[in-house]
Amino acid sequence: MKKVNERQNRKLTAGDLPHVRIAEADFPAPFRSGLEYSSPARGTWNIVHTGMLIPEAHEIFVCAAGCLRGVVLTAAEMGAQDRFSTVAVRENNLLDGDMEDLVIEGVTDILNKLPEIPPAVLVYTSCVHHFTGTDLDLIYRTLRERFPETDFTDCYMNPIMRKSGLTPDQLMRSRLYMLLHERAKRPDAVAIIGNDLPTDEDSDLMKALRGAGLKVHEITSCRTYDEYQEMAESSVYISYYPDAAPGGDMLAERLGGTHFALKFSFDYDEIDETFEELAKVLGIKPRSIEETASLRKQCEEEIEKTKELIGSTPVSIDYTYCPRPFGLAKLLLDHGFRVERVYADSIPGGDRTAFEALKKEHPDMLIYPTVHAGMRFANTVNSERAADASGGTGTPAGRVADASGGADTLAKRAAGRPQTVLAIGQKAAYFDDTDRFVNIVEGGGMIGYEAVTRTMELIRDAYTNSKEMKELVQVKGLGCGICNRQ
Amino acid sequence: MKQTATRISTYSADVMGVCSALFELGGMTVMHDASGCNSTYTTHDEPRWYDMDSMVYISGISEMEAIMGDDEKLAGDIADAASQLDPAFIAIAGTPVPAMTGFDFEAVAGLIEQRTGIPCFGFPTTGMNTYIHGASMALAGIAERFAAGRPGAAAGRDGHAPQAARPRVNILGLTPLDFSVNGQDRSIAEWLESEGFTVVSKWAMGSSLEELSRAGEADVNLVVSAAGLGAARVLYESFGTPYAVGVPVGNELPGLMADNIKIKIKECRERRSAGGQAGSFEEAGRGGQAGSFEEAEISVQSGVFCDGRQSADGRTYEKGFAAVIGEGVTSLSLASTIELERGIPAKVLCATECPEDILRECDRITPDEDDIIPELEGAAFVIADPLYRPIVPQGAGFIALPHEAFSGRIYRDVIPDLIRDPGAILDHF
Repeated sequence: MKKVNERQNRKLTAGDLPHVRIAEADFPAPFRSGLEYSSPARGTWNIVHTGMLIPEAHEIFVCAAGCLRGVVLTAAEMGAQDRFSTVAVRENNLLDGDMEDLVIEGVTDILNKLPEIPPAVLVYTSCVHHFTGTDLDLIYRTLRERFPETDFTDCYMNPIMRKSGLTPDQLMRSRLYMLLHERAKRPDAVAIIGNDLPTDEDSDLMKALRGAGLKVHEITSCRTYDEYQEMAESSVYISYYPDAAPGGDMLAERLGGTHFALKFSFDYDEIDETFEELAKVLGIKPRSIEETASLRKQCEEEIEKTKELIGSTPVSIDYTYCPRPFGLAKLLLDHGFRVERVYADSIPGGDRTAFEALKKEHPDMLIYPTVHAGMRFANTVNSERAADASGGTGTPAGRVADASGGADTLAKRAAGRPQTVLAIGQKAAYFDDTDRFVNIVEGGGMIGYEAVTRTMELIRDAYTNSKEMKELVQVKGLGCGICNRQ
Repeated sequence: MKQTATRISTYSADVMGVCSALFELGGMTVMHDASGCNSTYTTHDEPRWYDMDSMVYISGISEMEAIMGDDEKLAGDIADAASQLDPAFIAIAGTPVPAMTGFDFEAVAGLIEQRTGIPCFGFPTTGMNTYIHGASMALAGIAERFAAGRPGAAAGRDGHAPQAARPRVNILGLTPLDFSVNGQDRSIAEWLESEGFTVVSKWAMGSSLEELSRAGEADVNLVVSAAGLGAARVLYESFGTPYAVGVPVGNELPGLMADNIKIKIKECRERRSAGGQAGSFEEAGRGGQAGSFEEAEISVQSGVFCDGRQSADGRTYEKGFAAVIGEGVTSLSLASTIELERGIPAKVLCATECPEDILRECDRITPDEDDIIPELEGAAFVIADPLYRPIVPQGAGFIALPHEAFSGRIYRDVIPDLIRDPGAILDHF
């Protein structure tokens, strides 16, 4: 039993947890913004992990100690401390107006102390530079003059800008390719860009590219900086993680070539449409009607097999699992699964169609936020409800309400779910306090119909095999070990 | 000074120190920041995050709110959350952005308190100092608001001087950033009980806000990290409570500390009984002359080699010494024990805020990598967090002492309980 802070003055009940029926939810922000909570589920990548995807690159963060702390320990936890350094901004630097000198001399000092000058350096500046009007152009110009053999790029730890222009995540994914030098294009070379995790070899995308005999570049498989540079020979850049799209546009504009934003989807028709468009861009043969029918049949079989196994087990999905949590919810609900909750603070733009359909077809599905202040108590409340309903033994009991019930039943559902929940995503697992969960972030490299079949496999595995949820979800940057490849 | 760290970590910052110090007290702490501080704190600085539902949040300030000075958004969001969650108090802690925009912590805290009726603190941290600075500020705030003005030791709980009672003590400066969650907080309390003291409150692990509010009843404060000095000052100024500085590490030092504290308490009680003013530990130690808080003497330093002597095998603070890198009070206690029990000169390289008069002449304040490296020349042993290892000279023996405030959760499982097991360090010599 999880220990509740005894000094909490008013104990919350499950009904107090913030949530909204999808029928009443607004697009794209179903919850009012306010104080924000941070759950212990930490598997998504941050800007340190993503930057480390560039082989042999060295990261230098220039920030206040409070901001450095998280990134330093991210690097240390991933075993990449030798590729990471910092320059601390102090109060006197704000007053003295010497920010340019601090960055230039600090970075110079670090590079001169390293055993070897790295081929690429990512310099991350922060909110303080933005607010003090630091001359970043001067900084990078000077550094390039001092270290002509090294490629520098500007990166940002500037979360205060998250509601203005590109998000920090979009910006970081775009920076990954700013170091590429222009070179001759190969018509048979393509690059998959913007992924933190390698694209599944079994995915529709890889099969299409390999099947057409194309040379496929992906940053996750580059082992050296030279290999990374070879990505610039690509004629087509393919992104399928939505936050990678702006970087793809920038890359095509800077180096030439074409950027194609493939849609990540669980909707069969949309999958077909986006892959047909890709085939046109690449000039390759599209999937035949027979192939498509076969893939759909395979998906339906996998779904049926999964439904038979898990039956009416309550299912929760969170936004960290993939870019289309509402699309996944719709796929599952349309096939009779008992999806009760989606944990998401906003509805992704690409998910709007699924969201609108869910409002009409499955209006009782609930949306819970992940950062709302009240969610601080979700894990405790849900685990206590489950224990109470099972007579305090912690053994999962039967459901308290039928999912098809009316308003009273819905109120009970909102008030707690005594049956063991199957969670798809780490945050859902944490909030629902369940050890039956799919431990994948950011789509896990799946795309196309393969995203459907692999998700079904993962659900069955999660249902059958419990996991050490508390330990697993607290690990930062799930899968970031690939950054240390050599 | 380049303020660079080529190969080592950085300490938890002041804003996190506020959160850590207040974590168990039933309040609601809000980091006034855009994003990032919250996940950093909850992942790397707060081992209690998963198992204890404390209310620590971030304001999520945006660029436009910062530029336009939209403090109402913050005040409204806090009042809204407080009305739902009913915290015992509210604390706002600052980060670089409010530091740059000149956010008025005191005024906004006053506004929120007026609006909610809940005590509200504004702690002007900047994210540019270490956790010690923030934790000290926070604990001092709690002392001022909840403990000062209540009955003190001189009156006793029943209004009579407690001459016959066991001496009572508060432990000040306990946070997991320095003492992890491996029981060191309890070990300190148990050591005090075994030495005949009664523990009134522990600031702030394992005590409630109500227990902290009774801190004035104590005869003495034991400051176990520099984070406790702010509260010690408030309690000294409010109640004249004397204080000792040190962590009971080792086989000999704890006994010396206990004896010294008891003697001083006895002197204070005698002065009170004689009708004198409630004197401080230091005043009593100096024959009753009034002294300021800053003039406090350090109760734990060994001073074995401070007069320039060499060890039996010729070691000095320049050659063959042991260097202890870390928080001031723990490092000083450890260094003292090494000198007392192993006869090896041990100097402190204090990487966090610590009043210089707490440290000895041989010790150094070393906030940056560039400050530390030259001080390690000639060291035979270096005792420090494992993330310092890359800058330790090859010839020096490295003794790992993981410290949450530096390496976070990475080595949590092997952090020793130094109070119960001083051999974890001493056995290396």
